[in-house]
Amino acid sequence: MSATLDAPRTALRPARKRGVNWEKWGWIYMRVSGVVLVVLIFGHLFMNLIVGDGVSAIDFAFVGGKWADPFWQWWDVVMLWLALIHGGNGMRTLVNDYARGPRIRAALKLSILAAVAILILLGTLVVFTFEPCPVGQPADLLPSFCTA
Amino acid sequence: MSTVTVEAAQGPALGDDLEAAPPGSFLVTLIIRRYIPEIDDEPRWQDFDVRVLPTDRILDALHKIKWEQDGSLTFRRSCAHGICGSDAMRINGRNRLACKTLIKDLDPSKPIYVEAIKGLPLEKDLVVDMEPFFESYRQIQPFLIASSAPPEGRERIQNAVARERFDDTTKCILCAACTSSCPVFWTDGQYFGPAAIVNAHRFIFDDRDEGSKVRLDILNDKEGVWRCRTTFNCSEACPRGIEVTKAIQEVKQALLTHRS
Repeated sequence: MSATLDAPRTALRPARKRGVNWEKWGWIYMRVSGVVLVVLIFGHLFMNLIVGDGVSAIDFAFVGGKWADPFWQWWDVVMLWLALIHGGNGMRTLVNDYARGPRIRAALKLSILAAVAILILLGTLVVFTFEPCPVGQPADLLPSFCTA
Repeated sequence: MSTVTVEAAQGPALGDDLEAAPPGSFLVTLIIRRYIPEIDDEPRWQDFDVRVLPTDRILDALHKIKWEQDGSLTFRRSCAHGICGSDAMRINGRNRLACKTLIKDLDPSKPIYVEAIKGLPLEKDLVVDMEPFFESYRQIQPFLIASSAPPEGRERIQNAVARERFDDTTKCILCAACTSSCPVFWTDGQYFGPAAIVNAHRFIFDDRDEGSKVRLDILNDKEGVWRCRTTFNCSEACPRGIEVTKAIQEVKQALLTHRS
């Protein structure tokens, strides 16, 4: 008979712990990155598909030429990071909404995190280290515009 | 008394016919998701043919079934006029009040599907356990929090503009149509749900209230407003026409602008 009763109006769930409010910042990130991505993606599509010779101009040399310019390197890298994290967070939300079991939740979220991390690392590495005419390679492996 | 006797003697057959099939009435099929815990392991669908008028409500059809065909059909209703919020149910896949949904506003040529609202524990037929819903409601402290006493012998005066600020969210009748239409609430029972946020909004934006920081803190939680992903199911479901999603967005905005 020593049951204790909470004081009236005691909150049943404990107050939020101090620290970063990830749900809030996740929400803000989705909004901000969404707006920036609209500009980045449509700018990317416009430059690649419409300007100049349009879609027929895209080939190895076109990509090589773009990534010789730090402006386009950064454009693509920012697009890569924002889009992958935006998409990954969206997928996390789907898992929260639809996956019931705690194990399958953890497994799915871990796979999303791994996919996002690997793609970001790989993409960033490629954009910044891209070398269309590597020195010392046999000439028949190089694209035609490389002058030996 | 004598008049009634005379009428009954004159044409009982005609009177019965009119009552059984008044002019303009037709048969409609209601397919109801039944669940009687003593009998059923799983909910099952059962259909009933009911004679209704186009101006009848789904609640009238349910009454006819309960009173004339199957007394075991269980549902909640109190005022039957769209203000008590007892008879929210899922009608043709949408959350509505049975007492505000007219047969003619649905397609009576096809069967009408009626089931309990989703996301809350099913107790029997169309009755769910509303406790988790009311628990969320209690948590946002839905009462005026004020440190000072009102002026002697008077109420707390509020001007019309300040009252208008939260007018929309005062309309809530706690029927749970919004909360049980929310996909986040279906899978995550911890989420406060639209109705609790609407009722928090009603006090957060009331200039007589001093507890808005407390309520904003509660809704800034992991399971608070940030889980809302603006699917607008709640705004569509609300039988009172409250702009629920807008109210939730206003709470988010308050969280972003009032404090970090």
